[in-house]
Amino acid sequence: MDKPENQLLDIQHLHTAFRVGDDFYDAVEDVNLTLNRDEILAIVGESGSGKSTLATSVIGLHNLQNTKITGDILYNDLNLVGLNETLYNRIRGNDIGMIFQDPLAALNPLMRIGEQIGETLLYHTKLNKEERDHRVLELLGQVGIPNPVRVFKQYPHELSGGMRQRVVIAIAIACKPPILIADEPTTALDVTIQAQILDLLENIQQETHSGIILITHDLGVVAETADRVAVMYAGQIVEQGTVQAIFEHPLHPYTRSLLRSMPQADNDSDDLYVIEGTVPDLKHMQTDDCRFAARIPWIPASAHEAHPTMHEVEPGHFVRCTCYKTFHFNDEAEA
Amino acid sequence: MWKTILRRILIMIPQILLLSVIVFFLAKLMPGDPFSGQITPQMDPKQIDSLRRQLGLDDPLWTQYFRWIGNLFHGDLGMSYAYKRPVISLIAERASNTIWLSLFAVILTYLIGVPLGVLAGRFKGTRLDSGISLYAYSVMAIPSFVFYLIALLIFGYQLKWFPTTGSVALDASGGVGYIMSRLYHMVLPAILQAFLGTTGIILYLRSGIIDNSIEDYVRTARAKGVPEKVIFNKHILRNSLLPIAAFMGNTITGLISGSLFVESVFSYPGMGKLAVDAMTTRDYATMTSLTLLFGFLTLLGNLLSDIIMSIVDPRIRVE
Ligand SMILES: Nc1ncnc2c1ncn2[C@@H]1O[C@H](COP(=O)(O)OP(=O)(O)O)[C@@H](O)[C@H]1O
Ligand SMILES: [Mg+2]
Repeated sequence: MDKPENQLLDIQHLHTAFRVGDDFYDAVEDVNLTLNRDEILAIVGESGSGKSTLATSVIGLHNLQNTKITGDILYNDLNLVGLNETLYNRIRGNDIGMIFQDPLAALNPLMRIGEQIGETLLYHTKLNKEERDHRVLELLGQVGIPNPVRVFKQYPHELSGGMRQRVVIAIAIACKPPILIADEPTTALDVTIQAQILDLLENIQQETHSGIILITHDLGVVAETADRVAVMYAGQIVEQGTVQAIFEHPLHPYTRSLLRSMPQADNDSDDLYVIEGTVPDLKHMQTDDCRFAARIPWIPASAHEAHPTMHEVEPGHFVRCTCYKTFHFNDEAEA
Repeated sequence: MWKTILRRILIMIPQILLLSVIVFFLAKLMPGDPFSGQITPQMDPKQIDSLRRQLGLDDPLWTQYFRWIGNLFHGDLGMSYAYKRPVISLIAERASNTIWLSLFAVILTYLIGVPLGVLAGRFKGTRLDSGISLYAYSVMAIPSFVFYLIALLIFGYQLKWFPTTGSVALDASGGVGYIMSRLYHMVLPAILQAFLGTTGIILYLRSGIIDNSIEDYVRTARAKGVPEKVIFNKHILRNSLLPIAAFMGNTITGLISGSLFVESVFSYPGMGKLAVDAMTTRDYATMTSLTLLFGFLTLLGNLLSDIIMSIVDPRIRVE
């Protein structure tokens, strides 16, 4: 099969199942997704949708004793699913960098910042100690840390949340990986810092021409930074398309509900739209029917497909199930 | 860091004062006084009263307390009525026995405890881990004196591998022979104390390793492509071992209270045995002095823990 020139990752039929008791349950179900060079792909969905599970499947951080991964994650003709640890260790940090949600927890509290960043270089480059230190200082500057020499010798608790996240980013980009995965990189930060960190990620993406998978539950973040969007619900992608497509012609009831529950700058009323119910837990999300049906009970069962599949409604814009065709909000008249 | 340590030492001063007040008044609450040991049935009550007055035992309590403290500062801990000797010389004589035994025990404790704790944590959930944890919990459940007595019966009296009493053979000549004899007398009590001491280290280290293994920073290290072995040694083990170093202070505290049992079971002439003997013979001055000393050493053990912790953990170093 021909692979587009600038394609970095090609995820096909990915299932990631966790062991609960004696059984395995899919937290990620039949995900198909690609990531290209020079783009920010956002994955959005409420908490519990399987976004982190998807991300950690790509970089291979699951404990395979309790997790079953099937399908393909193709990277440069290499299938990351089932890849042995030694080879995977060459990929992690070098080809795929990951940025985590909680920057304090993500850093070793007893190790100096310089050493923690240098550690990525230690395992992927032939640089000697001096060259590594030099590169670490350079990285600290690159992620916008004001006093690299000083921070180099500091410990995580001595830095602010925003500075820590910059350090985590420096760790992730140390080896200039073509793929970056950022799992809710701004969720743990103050609102004022969030924008700075997103700017930094965008700048890095532009400088390095990497592809970034940006995971968030905040559509505001998506609108500002992403090129393409995949909306996830209960382990499945329910809609996928460009940012314009998703924001201007959202189709899936879940996407529309998320958008409607988004706080608007011009609308400072308190009564935001709230999606009824919650994301089902792992055991209860396993069904062949439309998984979102339970949260839009006013839509008749006949509106849903028996076994929902993805439909390409326009080039590059996919939506799951047929319920989007007749969907209306509870407070709206039927279409 | 020096500031932290200095402040920590300053905190100890009121603690010591409080300790001395408690020890003094507890002693006063007990039946008898430093003088009652010298009373003989032949003495005439009037004579007793005047002697009492001479010794200052009728003075107000606070006066007595400050006199006692003043004497302590001059190295005067009073007279042992059981031995008819100054308590200070009794303690000095036995201190080295206890110190050497405790040192020996601390070293053994760490030599045994650390590897077992690391193995249990590293191979969590395996049979090896279950075995080690079972050992730790069962040793913990046995009262220490029962443990010492059983060991004394088996290894001392039945198998006759180790001496059952004393700190050195009576006929031991000077030089190497003398040192060997002292070591020989220490081996069994030290091993037993170490066995009891290891339980804390094993369980603490095991849970430290297990807890650290699921920390986010370990996941970050994995995402960097660091090999699993290195992650264990450089991140998980290192971060779990540092607090264990601080556990040293607690180990010492444990050994002090442990010395009471082990020394009396093995008739080992150290401070612990001296204290137990003083309790049974109501040797007033010896008892109060040793209680004060043990209390002081416990405070010192805690201080040591805190200092080690402030050295190894950067989070404590800053104000
Ligand atoms: N290690 C695990 N074992 C079992 N269930 C898990 C595990 N990690 C996540 N889950 C479950 O998988 C689902 C998806 O979780 P997650 O990927 O963290 O969602 P998100 O990142 O979108 O909030 C949730 O129901 C969560 O409880
Ligand atoms: Mg998540």
